[in-house]
Parts: sequence; structure tokens; C-alpha cells
Amino acid sequence: MADELIAVFSYPFMQRALVVGILVSLCAALLGTSLVLKRYSMIGDGLSHVGYGAFAIAAAAGIAPLGFAIPVVIASAFLLLYITRKGKMGGDSAIAILSSSALAIGMIVLALNRVSIDINSYMFGSILALSEEDVVLSVICSVIVCVTFILLYHRIFAVTFDESFASATGIRTGVYNSFISVLTAVVIVVGMRLMGALLISSLMIFPSLSSMRVCKGFKSVTICSAVISVVCFTSGLIGSYFIDVPTGAGIVVVNLAVFLIFALVGKVKER
Amino acid sequence: MKLIECKDLCMKYEGVPAFENLSFSIDEGDFLCIVGENGSGKSTLVKGILGLKKYSSGSIEFGGVKPKEIGYLPQQTAAQKDFPATVREVVLSGCLNRNALFPFYTKENKARAKREIERMKIESIADKSYRDLSGGQQQRVLLARALCATEKLLLLDEPVSGLDPIVTSEMYEVIHELNHSGVTVIMVTHDIHNAVHYGSKILNMSKNDYFFGTSDEYITTESFRLMSRGCFHGEGGCFTHGR
Repeated sequence: MADELIAVFSYPFMQRALVVGILVSLCAALLGTSLVLKRYSMIGDGLSHVGYGAFAIAAAAGIAPLGFAIPVVIASAFLLLYITRKGKMGGDSAIAILSSSALAIGMIVLALNRVSIDINSYMFGSILALSEEDVVLSVICSVIVCVTFILLYHRIFAVTFDESFASATGIRTGVYNSFISVLTAVVIVVGMRLMGALLISSLMIFPSLSSMRVCKGFKSVTICSAVISVVCFTSGLIGSYFIDVPTGAGIVVVNLAVFLIFALVGKVKER
Repeated sequence: MKLIECKDLCMKYEGVPAFENLSFSIDEGDFLCIVGENGSGKSTLVKGILGLKKYSSGSIEFGGVKPKEIGYLPQQTAAQKDFPATVREVVLSGCLNRNALFPFYTKENKARAKREIERMKIESIADKSYRDLSGGQQQRVLLARALCATEKLLLLDEPVSGLDPIVTSEMYEVIHELNHSGVTVIMVTHDIHNAVHYGSKILNMSKNDYFFGTSDEYITTESFRLMSRGCFHGEGGCFTHGR
């Protein structure tokens, strides 16, 4: 078994997938807790569809995909934040409109330009999708997300738990909400190559939901979900390689299994 | 010493005037209860005092207390019901306004949180999860958090709504004690009888008019009779005044 594992990770594409995947799942899990608790679970889903649209346009225009998609998705995250804040539309409706529109525009751009990209890999992810450049950019983004999260951790907690109290005591909630949005957008774009537009949001949501079944504090939930996320990613990646199924789908199924186990443990603990 | 003085204050709610020309002041050591029917602008006023909402005219002046040094106890939100956070984490978050941009909690912060936890008598549940606590315990936790943010002035927005009668009177005792130990209290409430019982001053807001004065003055007014209707007319034991 050990020999087989060494053989698997002797492929450069597997090494790239492992490095990027671990970093992305770590970042996703850190941000996920705040998103779940702020009732923004679907934001990842919405933004990943925007990412899909942006990648399609980048492919048609022949420009660097990540360099184009990151700013577009960040802008959409701000737009969502603005719409919800102004109370013009519920957050769920805004996300639904944005995600289906972006998906539709992406499809039309691809059709008009007769660009053929592997839609399957964009929707469900592919471990072959990462180039050397992608890896460098992903690593830089992930490190920035992690460091920012650690520095802002207590303020993110305060803003997530009680926005009115936080702003009454002088914490600039708008600034920290924007930070959460930008970081989320970056993680989505970086992660969706590997996980696919349809599955990246589960990487943000599942680990937090799982650890919330059993952990009591915000810190323990955050740490626990980071660990769950990395473990699920690694085992999903290896498992999907051996039984030859799409990587993203494999990782989601592992996350689902962990969630069910934690839910059960949580129920037992309650008694 | 006057902590807050509002003069001819006008505020709008969604473009419509919520109240106009409101003047009142809070002295150090006061226990001010803000009462009034729904839609009379109580919550808008609270936001104005906290600086979360701009007022259209008039003035709010602070003396001896900074706007960011008000210990605020907001109404609970739905998201908090299943929020995984220990009591300690919640209380500590009240110290954040002391740290400027320093990202972590200092030793003083932790000592302060510990002190407020002891003051609110919640040491035994300090490591429990906020979501597993009863309504009364949760309010004590939020009070401890508010006390971390201030020494001088608490602003409580309907602190007893949804609590059962026994816990409600416990809560009033806690607030009364805090007030006794020198903390100035502003409380928004619908509970008119406890407002005049515990409060030293009353601000009664209504659509076109307002009353501001001591609670002894207030109980002689028509608006008090209106607000306490149904309970005051000789139904013995329903209302007692005096401490």
C-alpha cells in the first residue's frame, strides 16, 4: 500500500493536486464556519458559477483564466454583499439570479466563439487542470487567506456572532464583512479548478457543519473543521484515484460520510 | 455629571420621521427606562445614541463617556440560537474595542473577562456552549460581554423579552445591583411596571409627544395610566411602587 501511494504521488499532476488541494481545503474550512453561521451557505455555490462564466470568457478571449476570474468573482461578492445590505432583495434570491445568469452567459460566450473546453472538468473538477503557474498562484492566494484569517480571527468572530454589538463598540463591521467576501471569492476561484464549480461550495460548508455537530466553541469548531477538511480532501483524492472516479465527487462523498458520522456522534452525546 | 444630552433630536426611519424635537439627558448613576408603544421610535433612538444611525437634526452630546464605550445589549438574533461559541469566547469579544488594531486578546482582556464572568455569577458555565444555555443565562453572558466594553454606561434593548417571570425578576435584580454599584443604565422595555419600579427616570415615547422626567412624576401622568391599562385599576397586587 505504501509503495502504491509513493507511486501515485510520483506523478507531478498528483503532487500539484495535493499541494493546492490541501491549502484550498484549509482556507475553505476556515471561512466556512463564518459563512454557515451568517446564513451565507449558498454564497460559494453562487460565486463558483460566476467563476465558471469568467473562465469561459477568459478562454474565449485567450487571457489568463485565474488572473481574470479572481477580480470578477471578487466584484460579484461585493455586489452580493451590497444587495443584501441594502435589503433590496433576499440574499438567497440574489445568489440564485447571479449564479444562473453567470452560467448562462458563460455558455453563450463559449458557443458563440466555438471554443471547446471540457465542461465536465469545469463543473466537476479535474486533477489534471492545474498548471505549474496555477500552483504558484494558488499557493500565494491560500497563504494570504490563511494569514489574514488568523490576524482577523477575533474580529471575524465578533462580526459573525453579533454584528450590532460589534459595530456599537466601534468595530468596522463593513470592512470585516468585505474581507470575508473577498477571501471567500479567492478561495472559490482557486479551488474550483480542482473541485469544479458544482462541488467547491461543499468544501466550504461540509467541514463546518460536521464539526458544529460535536464542538462547543468557535475556536474548536474552526480547528476541527480545518482538520476534517484536509483529511477528507486527502483521502478523497487518493480514493478517487484508485477507484477511478471524479476527484471532486469523491471528496464530497467522503465529506458526506464524515458529516453523517459526526451527526450521529452529536446525537449520542446529547443524551 | 451629564453623560449624554440630547437636544431637539430628530431622526428618520426609512425616510419618515420617527420622532422629532426630543430632548432629554442622562446623568451619571441614572437608571433611565425608555418605554413606548411599537413604532414610537425607541429602537431608532437607540441606534442614534450608539452612532449606528445618523440623526437629521438636533444634537447628541457625550460627557465623560465616549460613544464607543457604551455597553450595548442588543436583542438576540436568530443566528445566535445555534451558534457554537463558549461563554468565555462571547464575553471576551466585548474587550475588542480596547485593543485598537492589535489582533489578539491581551492578558488584561482575559483578566477583565474573568472578572465580569464572576460578577455575573456564570463561572460554572464559562466553558459551556452559548447555544446550550437558557434564555436567562444567555442574557447574563451578554451582560458580562457588555460590561467588558464599558465601566460607565449600559444600554439594554429589551433585556427581559421572552424570559419567564422568575428569571425576569432575577434579571432586574442583576441590573439594579449594577446600577447600584455605579453603572449608569439605559433600558428599553415594554414592561412598564418594572420600569417605574426600578427606573429612576422615564422617557415615554409616543407618536406625537413624549414624556421625560422622574418615575415618580411619570406615574401621575395620563400616558402612564394608558400604558398600564388593565392592570392598574384596583386589581390588587398587580402594581406596587417603591423599592
